[in-house]
Amino acid sequence: MTAFPIDVIDELAGVAPGSALDTLRRRRPVTRDQAQESFAALFVPRDDSELPLADRLLIAAFATRLTGDDATAAFYAAHAAQADPERAEVVADAAAQAIAPGPFGRYREPGLQAESTEGLRWRASAEQRAAVGDRLTAALEHAHLLVLRPREADAAALAALTDADWSVDAVVTLSQLVAFLAFQQRVVTGLQTIAEEAAA
Amino acid sequence: MSIDTPIDTADEAVDTAVPAVTAVPAVPDRFTRDQVGWTPHLEPKPLADLDERDHAGLVDRGRASSDYFRLLVRDPEILGARTRVDKDIFYNTAGGLPRAERELAATAASRLNGCVFCASVHSRFAAHHSGRPDDVDRLLREGVDADLGERWNAIAAAAVALTRTPSALTVDHVRRLRDAGLDDLAIADVVHGAAFFNWANRLMLSLGDPVAPA
Repeated sequence: MTAFPIDVIDELAGVAPGSALDTLRRRRPVTRDQAQESFAALFVPRDDSELPLADRLLIAAFATRLTGDDATAAFYAAHAAQADPERAEVVADAAAQAIAPGPFGRYREPGLQAESTEGLRWRASAEQRAAVGDRLTAALEHAHLLVLRPREADAAALAALTDADWSVDAVVTLSQLVAFLAFQQRVVTGLQTIAEEAAA
Repeated sequence: MSIDTPIDTADEAVDTAVPAVTAVPAVPDRFTRDQVGWTPHLEPKPLADLDERDHAGLVDRGRASSDYFRLLVRDPEILGARTRVDKDIFYNTAGGLPRAERELAATAASRLNGCVFCASVHSRFAAHHSGRPDDVDRLLREGVDADLGERWNAIAAAAVALTRTPSALTVDHVRRLRDAGLDDLAIADVVHGAAFFNWANRLMLSLGDPVAPA
């Protein structure tokens, strides 16, 4: 596996050393450093026995592809393909089928029911499940929920993970991973848009 | 915690004065600036089991009293990094966007995603730091298209566009922020405030339930 970049957000947003975007990011050094530390906590984990690195990369490839066909999605897809080429291909196909606009979903709060919206609630096919296994299937279905309809993520959704042999510790790591990627991908998009505006 | 009390903590579940949960917890009815509780679906790590690695992840020892943080501390490394990102994005007001408007970006993202708990906490911060509770309430009541005045509209629109999937953020959003008086650092602060709540909302919404005020 190729090494990860020293600063993943710089790499994905195309931040060149000494550029205006580089200067801008360095005005918030703690945010810059700790965003990278967050990446490292998830993808260079101290212990990956509960959630193996290859699975983390497969889940990341799926989650980021749902949100955009962008540099972030390409980055995780490439790393997933290196870590586990066979399952990465299945995951890439699944993500392509599972793309939907978001956020959507039903509200649990009675006074907000009128704002509920519908969309694609993706479930893996029997073939996909057989190809990647029950445990990863449960994670991908949960990732789809978190990415696109987080307001529907409820106790039953977590029970589906624990039923698929996810420990409480692993559920926390999985949740952080998908939620962190929602942050990282948006920071990259935001920085790129700032740079585009400056260049226009 | 009164909204008049200066608050030195940005994250979601650190409301220490949440009313005691009544026997039958109910979900809140709608978005509100009132106190909302939160109850986890999974078991937080017991207080007695926290070790030094966990305390490093919690960053502030006081966070050990929160069910939310004692659940997240089951992976202490990501919690620690996340907490430091959070604090810098919301408290580091050396230049850039005023605190109230970072909280506005957080509230707008939470309003779109549907996180009633996060929206309650950060709408209180936005109202407190801006002195504009009526505009904050309008965002909660009417939704992300509410008219909050041009500068706040520009901030909310950018936060909401970035929260959508796929991203709807464009150069026009950035230009509108600039026209409203934001410089590059302030615009980057809007981006980070909204992006961070796409992280926070997904944890809060999925790992537990909001609980209505007693």
